[in-house]
Amino acid sequence: MQYAPQLYAAAMRMTRNRADAEDLVQEAYLKGFRSFHTFDEGTNLRAWLFRILTNTYINKYRKKQRSFDESDLGDIEDLYLYKRMGTLEDASIGRSAEESLMTMLPDDEVKQALEDLPENFRLPVILADVEGFAYKEIAEILEIPIGTVMSRLHRGRKAMQKALHDYAVERGLRRNEADDDEPTKQDR
Amino acid sequence: MMDACDEPDCAATLKELDVFLDEELSSDARRSISHHLDGCPDCLSAFDFHAELKEVIGEKCRNEEMPPDLLGRIERCFSTDFSGDGKIG
Repeated sequence: MQYAPQLYAAAMRMTRNRADAEDLVQEAYLKGFRSFHTFDEGTNLRAWLFRILTNTYINKYRKKQRSFDESDLGDIEDLYLYKRMGTLEDASIGRSAEESLMTMLPDDEVKQALEDLPENFRLPVILADVEGFAYKEIAEILEIPIGTVMSRLHRGRKAMQKALHDYAVERGLRRNEADDDEPTKQDR
Repeated sequence: MMDACDEPDCAATLKELDVFLDEELSSDARRSISHHLDGCPDCLSAFDFHAELKEVIGEKCRNEEMPPDLLGRIERCFSTDFSGDGKIG
């Protein structure tokens, strides 16, 4: 079960909680085991397992959610985060040349930004950016056209960037407020 | 705001940013983008940023510790050790 850790991470991003993620992985393995005779030897086992995981998730957890269409994400400008990263110094969240995004963006904010995406966008982003599947594989896993994969990835990524920016601004504001509570030299 | 380039070549290049970074462009289109990036620091900077962002998002979202007992539970569920047969993931 070499793919179990990957399946579990994807299940966490899909279900957004541990208990459901564990159930989902367990159920996906159960289905995979039962239908293993349908697996075509020589094709991609990892993609096959992710297809089962994704289908199980969609069938089990999506029912109550209304389906989002693309307009629900609003119109977010291209290069949203990039265009704003250089100009945030005032809020102590700007990016200096040496500072990497790895240290600037906290793990929980990155996970949150992904998990907050509407599902139609979240699943393609999980499969592409977390699991590294090709457009064609994602199209097959989600049973949607490649063009739809590309447009949902594009819009989903922009929405994530906006969320990451919003979190950073909020963090900067919180920090500034905390600083304001400190006595300044002039006050003393 | 950081300047995004206004040249027609830059606009065409930035339009392919996602597909380029996803390594889904044809080799001809890929070469043409790389050629533009070689001579355009503005576009190169935008591409670098997004390449890094994609890497960071992937790494942070993959970083999840699987509960140690999950595999055991799955195996017990079928009373079958299928990690031994090398057939199922």
